[in-house]
Amino acid sequence: MSGETSTALQAIDLAIAPGEFVSLIGPSGCGKSTLLRIIGDLTAPSVGNVTVNGKPARQARRDRDYGMVFQAPVLFDWRTIEQNVQLPLEIIGVGRGERQRRATEMLALVELSDFAGHHPWQLSGGMQQRAAIARALAFEPTLLLMDEPFGALDEMTRERMNDELLRIWERTGTTIVFVTHSIPEAVFLSSRIVVMSPRPGRITDLVEVDLRRPRTDATRESERYFELITQVREALRAPERRSVLR
Amino acid sequence: MTADGAALPRRSASRQRLGGLGSALGSTAAFVAVVLLLAVAWEAAKWIAGDPWREALGMPINPPHFPPFHIKQFSDLNLPHVWDVVGAFSRPSVRNSPFTLGAVLIDAAVFTGRSAVLGFAVGAVVGLGLAIVFVRSKLLERALVPYVIATQTVPIVALAPMLVLWVGREWTSVVLVSAYLTFFPVTIAGIRGLSSPDPRSLELMRSYAASDWSVLWKVRFPAALPYLFTAFKISATASVVGAIVGEEPTGIRGGLGRAILQFNTQYSSGPEKLWAVVMVSAALGIVFFVIVRLTEMVVLRNRTLPTDL
Repeated sequence: MSGETSTALQAIDLAIAPGEFVSLIGPSGCGKSTLLRIIGDLTAPSVGNVTVNGKPARQARRDRDYGMVFQAPVLFDWRTIEQNVQLPLEIIGVGRGERQRRATEMLALVELSDFAGHHPWQLSGGMQQRAAIARALAFEPTLLLMDEPFGALDEMTRERMNDELLRIWERTGTTIVFVTHSIPEAVFLSSRIVVMSPRPGRITDLVEVDLRRPRTDATRESERYFELITQVREALRAPERRSVLR
Repeated sequence: MTADGAALPRRSASRQRLGGLGSALGSTAAFVAVVLLLAVAWEAAKWIAGDPWREALGMPINPPHFPPFHIKQFSDLNLPHVWDVVGAFSRPSVRNSPFTLGAVLIDAAVFTGRSAVLGFAVGAVVGLGLAIVFVRSKLLERALVPYVIATQTVPIVALAPMLVLWVGREWTSVVLVSAYLTFFPVTIAGIRGLSSPDPRSLELMRSYAASDWSVLWKVRFPAALPYLFTAFKISATASVVGAIVGEEPTGIRGGLGRAILQFNTQYSSGPEKLWAVVMVSAALGIVFFVIVRLTEMVVLRNRTLPTDL
């Protein structure tokens, strides 16, 4: 991806390798969600271009190279969980038997097999979000775009969902671009953290996360984990400090 | 299975449905109770301020009861006794007719009901079609909605004869008048319902590179169904009214419209017959409404929206 200028985002120059887990973090208004949407061709950049899998973003969207998970699960009330997971497969035109098989597989992956016949409103927020992730992975995209997917959940559920997500990521090898507000979450999940700041939205720092995988509760108690959290926090504060000093 | 939160047990969904059945029985009982209360109030008004009571339920009253007051509206001509109206069903519809009024009216209700069902179907399809067009094109919506509204503000009693002049004096005109009164609520509710999906679900569909048709069929239409059923309930009764009103200028025989005309002209010789027709017409409308309501309960059974009326 190369440079792009607008009031929302400016001079973004970022390359993401296949299989990486990259987080975008920053305060409100820094453009992280906008950047995610540009990657997903849900918004067009006014200047510059985005290349996904060697193609322009629009083509990648048309080829269904990526799956998307929003902060709200956005499941359809009138469909069962299993039918919700099958939705993208229906649109692509996959046959019924194959759809069934893949949906079952995805629900097993997110551990919701027992609830395949339930309706979304019968499930808790965390379970609905797991269903949304199953749906996003149903057509096996190479790229997964996640916009604060666990933002609406409580802290305990959030940590558990982070463990789940890493487990799924290791199983599928999908590249993940993950937008978050939470520094611990970004550090726990990512291989690399992109620190952004607002006015204008831009990248101010890149932090490599060298914590060993698989990451567990032990990781959350390690010294290196806290060091990295501090590093990211300072990177987030740095632009403010610079303007205060001026 | 990770326990990050309980799911509602499946039982609660079926318990809701059984509760619905119980409340339906309760509603029917309440309905019957209100009808009885109305009948009592009806006769009480006549006892106090109607015509002299010389007999009741076929038995003479000796000496006759003379009500203390007299209000013209409660006379036997304007407000026949309840038992006279009910009794009229089992008596011949006209002098020397082999058929009872009850049989004639049921036939008439079926006759009118057929036109109403067709009118409802045509109106629903046209209404939904218009809604789809208007949601697709804001331009067409802004241009045409005022005319759509205008069609409903013109009184149907003026339009029905004009329609009959254009189309002819047959049942197709009746169906058209019925459809005319039916399509409008469906259009308005359809526009609302088709536009109701969360914008994020539309973005989701965009991320799947879904066609417009897919979005309409998989997202917009299911989201619109609760709104459409509300409109269908209004349209159910409107289609019956439309069929009855439409029968008059066409001069069609055999329906409730014709019966109303006939018993209207014969009112002074048999006021209870007109009241009987009114009751049957109301019953027809109620039957349509209940059918729509039951269909709604089945189609929307898995949704979270509360379904009352």
